[in-house]
Amino acid sequence: MEPLMAIAIGMLYAAAIFLMLRRSIVKLVIGLMLLTNAANLLIFTSAGMTRGAPPLIPEGMLVPEGVVADPLPQAVVLTAIVIAFGVLAFAVVLIRRAYEIVKADDLDKMKDTDT
Amino acid sequence: MRPEVALPVLLPLLSGAISLLFWRSRPMQRFTAVAGNLALLVVALWLFTSVHQDGYVTIQMGGWEAPYGITLVADMLSAVMIVLTAMIGLALAIYSLASTGSDHEKFGYYPLMHLLLAGVAGAFLTGDIFNLYVWFEVMLVASFALLILGGEKAQMEGAIKYVTLNLLASVIFLTAIGLLYGMVGTLNMADIALRLHAAEHQGMVEVLAVMFMVAFGIKAAAFPLFFWLPASYHTPPVAVSALFAGLLTKVGVYSLFRVFTLMFDETMDYTQDLLIWGAALTMVTGVLGAAAQYEFRRILSFHIVSQIGYMILGLALYTPLAIAGGVFAVMHNIVVKTNLFLISGITRHLQGTYQLKKMGGLYKERPWLAVAFFLSAFSLAGIPPLSGFFAKFVIVRAGIEAEAYVVTGIALAVGFMTLYSMVKIWNEVFWKALPEDNLVPERETVVGDDGRMVKPSLWLMTLPVGVLAAMSLLIGVFAEPLMVVMNTIGDQLMNPQGYIDAVLGSNVDVIEALIEAPASEETSP
Repeated sequence: MEPLMAIAIGMLYAAAIFLMLRRSIVKLVIGLMLLTNAANLLIFTSAGMTRGAPPLIPEGMLVPEGVVADPLPQAVVLTAIVIAFGVLAFAVVLIRRAYEIVKADDLDKMKDTDT
Repeated sequence: MRPEVALPVLLPLLSGAISLLFWRSRPMQRFTAVAGNLALLVVALWLFTSVHQDGYVTIQMGGWEAPYGITLVADMLSAVMIVLTAMIGLALAIYSLASTGSDHEKFGYYPLMHLLLAGVAGAFLTGDIFNLYVWFEVMLVASFALLILGGEKAQMEGAIKYVTLNLLASVIFLTAIGLLYGMVGTLNMADIALRLHAAEHQGMVEVLAVMFMVAFGIKAAAFPLFFWLPASYHTPPVAVSALFAGLLTKVGVYSLFRVFTLMFDETMDYTQDLLIWGAALTMVTGVLGAAAQYEFRRILSFHIVSQIGYMILGLALYTPLAIAGGVFAVMHNIVVKTNLFLISGITRHLQGTYQLKKMGGLYKERPWLAVAFFLSAFSLAGIPPLSGFFAKFVIVRAGIEAEAYVVTGIALAVGFMTLYSMVKIWNEVFWKALPEDNLVPERETVVGDDGRMVKPSLWLMTLPVGVLAAMSLLIGVFAEPLMVVMNTIGDQLMNPQGYIDAVLGSNVDVIEALIEAPASEETSP
């Protein structure tokens, strides 16, 4: 499972960076979305994947039995998803407003502040 | 239970919430801004005295012991940064009363400012690497919204670059956290430090160190990752520019100091060269970029980049003295850079433009403003006895002691180039006569409560400028006691065991025993 996930994550990163290098601001934001998802999957995978063993403690015991899935990366990923959701919502509104004002979906036309 | 560690985070959040409650009442929001930041300053000084007495102050959030819960921890570095944050917050709150128009205030200027301060304070105090990421995002989201407040074309264009590159940095940071967790299985920075020293793959640790360096390098605007800064910092309202200039990049610098002294201290023989040359190139490119500019805030933006180089050089030389110098540079820069931006706001208010070519004659018209600018600008260039001189002096001395003569030479040369830019502003804005094509300087007006145009009160704008300029002078005059504090910081950062013991308490032995034991013990407790 891990090698498959690693390949999928690598492809997500590659696709995201490819999209971010395009001049279109819409593709830029789609690239950012893929990038955050790739990072979330990476946290999930790198912490080790344990199938079918929820971290539940049986009644009357103090520690779980045997090897269980690590709940911490799941909590971390959940937080990261929420943060990425908020930030990307902002980014989408930003490119819409930028498009309304600059009237172009082209980063090369947004160079006023560079000189 | 040490409430003073949590309060610098909670207070701005509370002030932000109160401001939001009074969304429609501008006077109430203004009052909350000043009162909230005054309270923050009081709490910050309380934290500083506690840290001064005890060395380290920690609080385990929710009562979960480290390394399982989130620890807030203040060492001397955090405490100094919190005090500076609170001071800049208060100065900006007062300045904003006059400089921020109601069109900005109506769209949540004050609540966003409080949230930004909460994010900055959280980043300075947290002892948990993922929590650091969360505070970075709190700070970023607030800064995004502040950056586009007003919605002008230049702001949108600047914001796209700012948002993209900062998000990219966040994702690199998050990726590095994920890989780090995969290696050590913990998020507590003190715990990570213990486990990384015993890590099996030291090559992987170096890769992670570089990932953190790139992520924080983008946030700190270090070479070659600084392009978003001069493209965006001159676009928002001036109070926002000043707040960003004073605090945001310094959070990146603080994080570099924290992770490279605590977690990656053993990779230093590999990363040190990268940091040193990164710092040298940051200084040079920043100051050369500024030389080509003729817009007040753009010159200052490039100088932020240049000054970041000095701070990173302090870290890169990696001796207690150099780190003390680096933190001194951070302290000096927060005060002086914020003040220069505030002064640019006043000159814009007086002459209606940021273009140096169109300004002039302010030395005659406003001699005290000229004095305030003189103090700040020459402090930035490192002229004794102002604050910048001692920052530079300590770093240069540390550089010579570490026998890094080339970078030390570059640092000195960059000081002269800084002087060139500052003299350029001085000549154009204060010394030469007002050019004739700038007929009558149009004073900037803001829309008042009743919809009428009113002139903002110059008094409220000059008060923080005067205080900050005086502080720059006082930092220089009382450099000796401050240097004692900085040396404490240098010692604390170079001996991370104190930090680790303070965070983990009696659990240090348990964790060390676990690291000694075979790895299978850790997965099934």
